[in-house]
Amino acid sequence: MRRGLTAIDAAMLLVIVILIVQMWLLTATLESYLAGQAGVALPAALISGILSTACVALYLFIRKVDRTVRK
Amino acid sequence: MKTPTKQLWREEFSVFAGEDRYVQRRQFTKFLMLTSVGMFAGNLWILVRSWFSNPRAVFPEQTVARAGEIPVGAVKLFTYPTPQDHCILVHTRSGQYTAFSQKCTHLSCAVYYSAKNDRLECPCHEGYFSVLDGTVLQGPPPRPLPRVQLEQRGDELIAIGMGT
Repeated sequence: MRRGLTAIDAAMLLVIVILIVQMWLLTATLESYLAGQAGVALPAALISGILSTACVALYLFIRKVDRTVRK
Repeated sequence: MKTPTKQLWREEFSVFAGEDRYVQRRQFTKFLMLTSVGMFAGNLWILVRSWFSNPRAVFPEQTVARAGEIPVGAVKLFTYPTPQDHCILVHTRSGQYTAFSQKCTHLSCAVYYSAKNDRLECPCHEGYFSVLDGTVLQGPPPRPLPRVQLEQRGDELIAIGMGT
């Protein structure tokens, strides 16, 4: 159970780090867009999509660990 | 069909402290994951807006003022290109006419001309802009003020477009 909790904590920490990066990315993209530089919107959306996918994967990992430990 | 021990409410409201910690972490991570998806949706929204916005829009020509109408150091407020876009025309100390959007690029407060300091000032967070080109001199605004392009035809000042 302790190992399970450690794994969940580590995954949660990663999700938090990813979220901070995404917040920065969204703010920077919005700033650039409002400044008339729309060219950054596509790469930013792609990177944000990859980060979101990583978040979903980590959440699924946490759910899996959670279920395994409870059994 | 699920057995009673596997029902969701029994998992979410466990009587065991150890299991409760799992549920709290899992739910918190679920919330974080949904926030992450929200951030992605925000980025997608900006992308869609950038695809469908037209930066080369045709601006109308609009007479803003007559050349002798505004004394040196005075201003005239007008709207351009739509009635919702408030702008400010300044007759600077050097005798030039310059016009900018009146909306501060920080949090959209209305800027005004300070004749004493010869600059455009935002009263909300003390953001200062150059009256000559709209660049940020001080404060939190991240970008210069959008500039109204002016053309003098005879004694009329005509707005012909917007730029930076």
